Amino acid sequence: MGLMDKHAIIEKNATLLLVGSLLVVTVGGIVEIAPLFYLDNTIEKVEGMRPYSPLELAGRNIYVREGCYLCHSQMIRPFRDEVERYGHYSLAAESMYDHPFQWGSKRTGPDLARVGDRYSNGWHVQHLAEPRSVVPESIMPSYAFLKDTPIEVKDFSTHLVANGRVGVPYTDDMIANANADLMIQADPNADTSGLEGRYPRAKVGDFDGNPQQVTEMDALVAYLQMLGTLVDFKTYDEAAGYR
Amino acid sequence: MSSEHIDEVSGISTTGHEWDGIRELNNPLPRWWVTTFYITIVWAIGYTIAYPAWPMLTSATRGVLGYSSRNHVKNELAAAEAAKAKYVAAVESKTVSEIAADDALREFAVAAGGAAFRVNCVQCHGSGAQGSKGFPNLNDDDWLWGGKAEQIQQTITHGIRFASDPDTRVSEMPAFGDIITADQIAQVSTYVASLSGLVRDARLIEPGANVFAENCAACHGENAKGNKELGAPDLTDAIWLYGPGETAIAAQVRAPKHGVMPAWIGRLGETKVKELAVYIHSLGGGE
Amino acid sequence: MKIGIEIVALGLFAFMALVAAGFGVDEPFRQHMWVLFFVLLGFIAILLRNTSFAPAAPVDPSAYMDGPIRYGAIATMFWGVVGMLVGVVIALQLANPDLNVEPWFNFGRLRPLHTSGVVFAFGGNALLCTSLYVVQRTCRARLFGGDLAWFVFWGYQLFIVMAATGYLLGITESREYAEPEWYVDLWLTIVWVAYLLLFLGTILKRKEPHIYVANWFYLSFIVTIAMLHVINNLSMPASFLGSKSYSAFSGVQDALTQWWYGHNAVGFFLTAGFLGMMYYFVPKQANRPVYSYRLSIIHFWALIFLYIWAGPHHLHYTALPDWAQTLGMAFSIMLWMPSWGGMINGLMTLSGAWDKLRTDPIIRMMVMAVAFYGMSTFEGPMMSIKTINSLSHYTDWTIGHVHSGALGWVGMISFGAIYYMVPKLWNRERLYSLRLVTWHFWLATLGIVVYAAVMWVSGIMQGLMWREYDEQGFLVYSFAETVAAMHPYYIMRAIGGAMYLSGALIMAWNIAMTILGHQREEEPMPGSIPALRPARSGAR
Repeated sequence: MGLMDKHAIIEKNATLLLVGSLLVVTVGGIVEIAPLFYLDNTIEKVEGMRPYSPLELAGRNIYVREGCYLCHSQMIRPFRDEVERYGHYSLAAESMYDHPFQWGSKRTGPDLARVGDRYSNGWHVQHLAEPRSVVPESIMPSYAFLKDTPIEVKDFSTHLVANGRVGVPYTDDMIANANADLMIQADPNADTSGLEGRYPRAKVGDFDGNPQQVTEMDALVAYLQMLGTLVDFKTYDEAAGYR
Repeated sequence: MSSEHIDEVSGISTTGHEWDGIRELNNPLPRWWVTTFYITIVWAIGYTIAYPAWPMLTSATRGVLGYSSRNHVKNELAAAEAAKAKYVAAVESKTVSEIAADDALREFAVAAGGAAFRVNCVQCHGSGAQGSKGFPNLNDDDWLWGGKAEQIQQTITHGIRFASDPDTRVSEMPAFGDIITADQIAQVSTYVASLSGLVRDARLIEPGANVFAENCAACHGENAKGNKELGAPDLTDAIWLYGPGETAIAAQVRAPKHGVMPAWIGRLGETKVKELAVYIHSLGGGE
Repeated sequence: MKIGIEIVALGLFAFMALVAAGFGVDEPFRQHMWVLFFVLLGFIAILLRNTSFAPAAPVDPSAYMDGPIRYGAIATMFWGVVGMLVGVVIALQLANPDLNVEPWFNFGRLRPLHTSGVVFAFGGNALLCTSLYVVQRTCRARLFGGDLAWFVFWGYQLFIVMAATGYLLGITESREYAEPEWYVDLWLTIVWVAYLLLFLGTILKRKEPHIYVANWFYLSFIVTIAMLHVINNLSMPASFLGSKSYSAFSGVQDALTQWWYGHNAVGFFLTAGFLGMMYYFVPKQANRPVYSYRLSIIHFWALIFLYIWAGPHHLHYTALPDWAQTLGMAFSIMLWMPSWGGMINGLMTLSGAWDKLRTDPIIRMMVMAVAFYGMSTFEGPMMSIKTINSLSHYTDWTIGHVHSGALGWVGMISFGAIYYMVPKLWNRERLYSLRLVTWHFWLATLGIVVYAAVMWVSGIMQGLMWREYDEQGFLVYSFAETVAAMHPYYIMRAIGGAMYLSGALIMAWNIAMTILGHQREEEPMPGSIPALRPARSGAR
């Protein structure tokens, strides 16, 4: 009866019940999540990671907008079959600038963590516009409208600033050039040296096969083509990443 | 308030409270429930001791078993590699032609290349390597850049028009829409179509042949049989990458599409590329 | 004047929406603000029609406030049918991709509409109206705060409409089950705090000395969801006149925060909240005391303490450090018995009333709900075992698991509660038809069984095909081949879903007729008449 008598105190006091249950439910989160922010080995030490270029970020926003993450993961698990199918298992460092993360929870379609450079721009455009024309088994919806939708830019630098506020190391130079960089990256005739200096290994050129304008298709393909291509695994210390 | 009350149906006392007619029986906790709960707790404590679990100030506990999922896959991959080591060493040391000539080695390479093909290549070239519009069929004997095993290997290794590989295969058919007139495009398209027996307006063939000789023969050859050095397709074989018929041909003359294939050496490594080359060479069209 | 201030406030908000529609920095935001503007105009129109210059009639402080609950019951049915219908549509899209209509009705935009529709619109309204029903009756107190309950009800519907239209316009944070963007999140926070005040305030003015167990669960659900919602949705808007925001956390930290939220949206929204529902409606419908008070105490505290830890099992074998995965799995296993405590209390409450299973389709529905609860709270810990998870993760198995919980437990217990409440809320003698309840029960049960069985098979097949090696050690299937193999299962799961939906439609009809005051003349349920009944004579 001791338990029940003691519990009667909580049972008769709504405030105590409220505060008590709130305290009880905070413990788990504190023990599990807080250490991810302070334990040094949470994010592996790698070379090559950089913030997204404006066009890649715009493409990523389209990826989010269309709910691609609902069918495609971006997280290769450390299994033999996944490594052989998709490439090196994903590192935490590879999504360190991802606000929000896009690891996904379902593979109705294949993992995309390392889809960058795997197929040509032309394939991506055709596949997005008419998926079954290249992959007859595919059940992906068509995204042909992206080809006809010019990218909308009021002031894209605000997106870099917002990312900067939550910890992405965008420099003043990057922010100042954001609007120009957004357009230049998909322009085959533009001088891209400044852009490539700011964003090493950025893919440049006309992604959607339509040099007349920068469309949402340009942005999405630019994003897909850089996925998983940044980290230099030759310099990565595998054993240091065991944690 | 709280007064002794016995539930008539079960004969068990209740807690004495009542809410909107609901009472609560004073049944004890089911024993099996408590026991199972304790077992899971004991197991969980043991499990978190055995495996990495509790976050501390600078790192988390490592677990007495020293397990790491990443180390585990490393060992698994190494074991898989060791199982194939004999063949892989042979593939590494031989040229693709030598591999194709060795029955046992070829069988291995075809199996390995087939797996790599299913994982990496089917998205463009199709599950049966049958290709699709803009992506060549790999089963036939029409090869843009050559169907010898070494040529296939070269194509896979460095890709086609793949900008970031300096050794990639490059050629770029000019956009003849800016060079010749619309009439000439119609003529040459009809002529090219006629080479594989597809003609609608025979009057255009002869002038088309002249246009071809002046503008196209340099790359596609005087007899239009193509040039694999330049990736210039054979125009006489009724195999069309961007579709058959004068309209499709004219579109390609006016503003040609330039197909791109990525270089695979960085992603797959030389052994896998060799295996893929042997596999594709074996599909039926290999020269 | 009654509700004058409300009309002025709504007018002000409608004007702000109009301004935002004009000056928004991105197209989806401008469209969304137009939607908001017209919705607010609709609210104003409703309020204007209800305006009265007569002095407000004095409220009987001892009477229960059931108006918002009646609306909530109708909203539950409405959103339930909408959410399930969208579910069937997207299931068909997987079977036949030509059913995608770009851009607004592509799978990627409809899927959050389905999940939010059933979880937050259907489940949320069910929780909202039952919690207000239960708290008044078990506290013997009228709802706290006057019209606060109306604000919570309509505020919540506004949240649903803004979330749903946002998804179709492409406005999403991509956080599963927390997709709405920053401004909709802020609105929900306001509504939710009001809900907490409403619920807590009612408990505080109770006339019963003890707080009933159902209210423990409801209260912990409300307060925990508040915590989860606020922390998981911390984000930085690119512009205060734009729809896009960037999550406060990134990568691995963001992933665990999201799944700490996501798992406990299941744990507290779909489990604790609905356990509260069970703890009132099962004893009431069965007319039996709750099985064990002691079990209530132990399993309540154990459940809410342990559930929070289980989030990392959604991230097994990802780039989340191994140690966090271990904790996630260990706590998921420990969660098994506390979850089953609710099942034992629910099922054993029927001891002494088992015969009602034959005669009362509503009790049957509630028992089936508790049975599915037990099944999925066993399956859950099992799937959290890393070895099993390595196969099941990313496959349809997970989707099947969610649905046996959502359709079986959440759906069935809500249906039972609504069937119980509606005749009482509208002062009807009984439901329009008990036979239709039986039809609903069987359609729903068979639908779930088909759905879950198909998803087990397809999920396991998918997982095995991905990792299938031939004897030489090479992968056997391309991804495209595994997609092709799924086709028959996609069709069958759509059939299962359609069966469940048709059951819900029957229920909607039954409830509507009950509210309208009709009673169907029908043979009594078999078994509801004592076995030894006198032979019926032809002549009267």
